[in-house]
Amino acid sequence: METVKLTYDIDGSNFSAAGEASTAAKRVLKKLKLPSALVRRAVVCMYEGEINMVIHADGGKAYLEVDEEKIVITLADRGPGIPDIDQAMVEGWSTASAEARNSGFGAGMGLPNMKRNSDTMEIETELGVGTTVTMTLLIGGDGQ
Amino acid sequence: MELSKMRDILEAEVLCGEERLEEEVETLFASDMMSDVLACPDEIQCLLTNLINQQVIRTSDMLDIGVVIFVHGKQPAEDVVEMARQRDMALLRTECRMFTACGRLYEAGLR
Repeated sequence: METVKLTYDIDGSNFSAAGEASTAAKRVLKKLKLPSALVRRAVVCMYEGEINMVIHADGGKAYLEVDEEKIVITLADRGPGIPDIDQAMVEGWSTASAEARNSGFGAGMGLPNMKRNSDTMEIETELGVGTTVTMTLLIGGDGQ
Repeated sequence: MELSKMRDILEAEVLCGEERLEEEVETLFASDMMSDVLACPDEIQCLLTNLINQQVIRTSDMLDIGVVIFVHGKQPAEDVVEMARQRDMALLRTECRMFTACGRLYEAGLR
């Protein structure tokens, strides 16, 4: 299988456009004929992360890399950073705006959902500098 | 259950995707929180929701949800309907409130 490396710009100023990068990534993953359960997990990871970047960090960059063994999704922003990652991982805990909540997000499920749907998830964050989330999904594993 | 039967039970209006009315729908999810929809590990064919923004369509698209039913008489804007049309999704709209809509479908045998 060919190796895929793609970069997407996430526009942080337009909430209604949030998810466009994930939509584009889904098309790429489907074209690669990866198992649908795996594609579903990958797009949930990326979409939740993309929404997070728009809600909390004024956008950023998303990177999608696919080789024979794995899908790696990296989301990098220059937002405020996450003060307490353990707290941020608690289901239901959220600092999202009213606008985000009115749009059906900000339920405090984003990061837990990303962790659940990936095989590994690493968060690098520094207050005032930004956050980078790297999620890896293995191809051909239990999650297909 | 055939989507056309669901339409009749909910006395719903079809906003787009008439061609999908003969499809069988087995799995439903009802929520106004898209995060909860994304957290559902099971396949979902049809979503019932009060939300009418673009993120409903995008979330559904991500999870291959082909049918969205807007409850409580909510009317999505034309750009939202157009987004769904481009994705070959079916959109329906009912005056039933969420509780009533779910209750009617449950009573008719959907689980």
